[in-house]
Amino acid sequence: MVLRGKCWKFGDNIDTDVIIPARYLNTTNPNELALHVMEDADKEFVKKASKGDIIIGGNNFGCGSSREHAPIAIKGFGIACVIAKSFARIFFRNAINIGLPIIESSEFVDESDEGDEMEIITDEGIIKNISKQKEYKVREFPQFLQEIIDNGGLMNWIRKVKL
Amino acid sequence: MGMTITEKILAKHSSKSLVEPGQIIECEVGIVLGNDITAPIAINEFEKLDVKDVFDRDKIVLVPDHFTPNKDIKSAQQVRQIREFARKYNIKHFYETGRAGIEHAFLPEQGIVTAGDCVVGADSHTCAYGALGAFSTGVGSTDMAGTMITGKTWFKVPHSMKFIYYGKLNKWVYGKDLILYTIGKIGVEGARYRAMEFTGEVISSLPMEQRLTMCNMAIEAGAKSGIIEPDKITEEYLKNRSKRKPIFYFSDKDSKYVEQVEIDTSKIEPQVSFPHLPENAKKVSEASGIEIDQVFIGSCTNGWLSDLRIAAEILKGRKISPNVRCIVIPSTPEIYKQALKEGLIEIFINADAVFSTPTCGPCLGGHMGILAEGERAVSTSNRNFVGRMGHPESEVYLASPAVAAASAITGRITSPEEVL
Repeated sequence: MVLRGKCWKFGDNIDTDVIIPARYLNTTNPNELALHVMEDADKEFVKKASKGDIIIGGNNFGCGSSREHAPIAIKGFGIACVIAKSFARIFFRNAINIGLPIIESSEFVDESDEGDEMEIITDEGIIKNISKQKEYKVREFPQFLQEIIDNGGLMNWIRKVKL
Repeated sequence: MGMTITEKILAKHSSKSLVEPGQIIECEVGIVLGNDITAPIAINEFEKLDVKDVFDRDKIVLVPDHFTPNKDIKSAQQVRQIREFARKYNIKHFYETGRAGIEHAFLPEQGIVTAGDCVVGADSHTCAYGALGAFSTGVGSTDMAGTMITGKTWFKVPHSMKFIYYGKLNKWVYGKDLILYTIGKIGVEGARYRAMEFTGEVISSLPMEQRLTMCNMAIEAGAKSGIIEPDKITEEYLKNRSKRKPIFYFSDKDSKYVEQVEIDTSKIEPQVSFPHLPENAKKVSEASGIEIDQVFIGSCTNGWLSDLRIAAEILKGRKISPNVRCIVIPSTPEIYKQALKEGLIEIFINADAVFSTPTCGPCLGGHMGILAEGERAVSTSNRNFVGRMGHPESEVYLASPAVAAASAITGRITSPEEVL
């Protein structure tokens, strides 16, 4: 699969409270949550960004609360992928479990700017910064995690492997 | 090679004689927990799989505590969904408003979690139970759903990081100050993916409620878990509470730590973490003079009986600054009752504070004390992220109940020393 989009860059320690503030946690509906994604990090985000775009973060992306509403809001908005230097562990698990593509790459994050056009070739594990004409090889996930990803998330994996 | 307490508990629950950091294992889970924000998604996911039953109706704990007593129609719908699920599957540990406390105070208090357990909870502060000598970690809703079906989940065995606290503990310094100081020292990702093991003479004499406060905030350093080896204090706490037989595990003398941090507590003053990260910890003396609009004493971190006693000791016979709203929330109905018996509630009300039934409420900007634009709060909770307690332009300063109570009196961040 090839994902193409514009990137939106955020800093270190983007917490799940700014990804989706608690005032919106009285719903589990992905479409409703998507209306407020990244609201407390950038109030204009939902107006500026488009479906298929990519979020870039620094270290410890998704730290704080375990709320799965955070990756759900990102996925619900139609963000194709989150690329960060590192992810907080609960966010990391949640993204894999719900099938939101995430990639860890410090090199890519350091060398990319907001607005750059990106392309991700998922099957080959390659990210391209088209604006900067640079290409990066993505580190592979452990085999066990890849199995969950290939099955489209944890529940599908359980259906197939555990039941 | 020896194993740490964390590795031993994980080995036991994955039926292995040895586990090593980095290894991916599948564990049998003793307790799986969810609340009114996270359980609805878990229930939706659970129902997608069309399974007939949960893995064990006695091992699932559902505690509506975040937006309860329900603040609006949507929140009420969420709790109704949990209630109906609990009835349908005859879930033993479902606690209705009035019986429920804040989950991470309620589960230890009621003996639902115990030493040696492997616990997952769809709430990041699930790491609190490490104080009892359990392996306990936060997960998301889908992981909760998967565990409700299979009774198992996967973990990457974390590297352990050892913290040794030595020296004397200064007056007005508590477990809360130690953990804020520690996070200030290592940063909000200083223990990312790791198990924080708290040790040393200071921890050995630290009361259980303060140990729970420390382990509760391990997540704020990015940790997978926080843990303290069980001892006499643990034994005493679990006695007459624990619903199952506790199993004590201890780290081997030759167990491996990826990092060791030594902290001389005699150098630690009461701490205040400045906005907008828990790692921005400073001495209270460096914060004094900052004017505030609200004080919150409560949350899963600091709504214990001992916390209320400290706050009451400071507030007794005094009045809260006319410029400040002070909200005091006990973490559980038991704590509420005891506070009533001891006359603490009267002290709070006489001081012009609000005293409420247990709820997470203001800690996450849910209800019961939301901040307006530009307002500043001192809070005994665990997070001071942007917008955490309300408007994105508001500010949260994290501190102990002692600093919070003293600040409520003066209307600015204040050391307890100054008012007593």
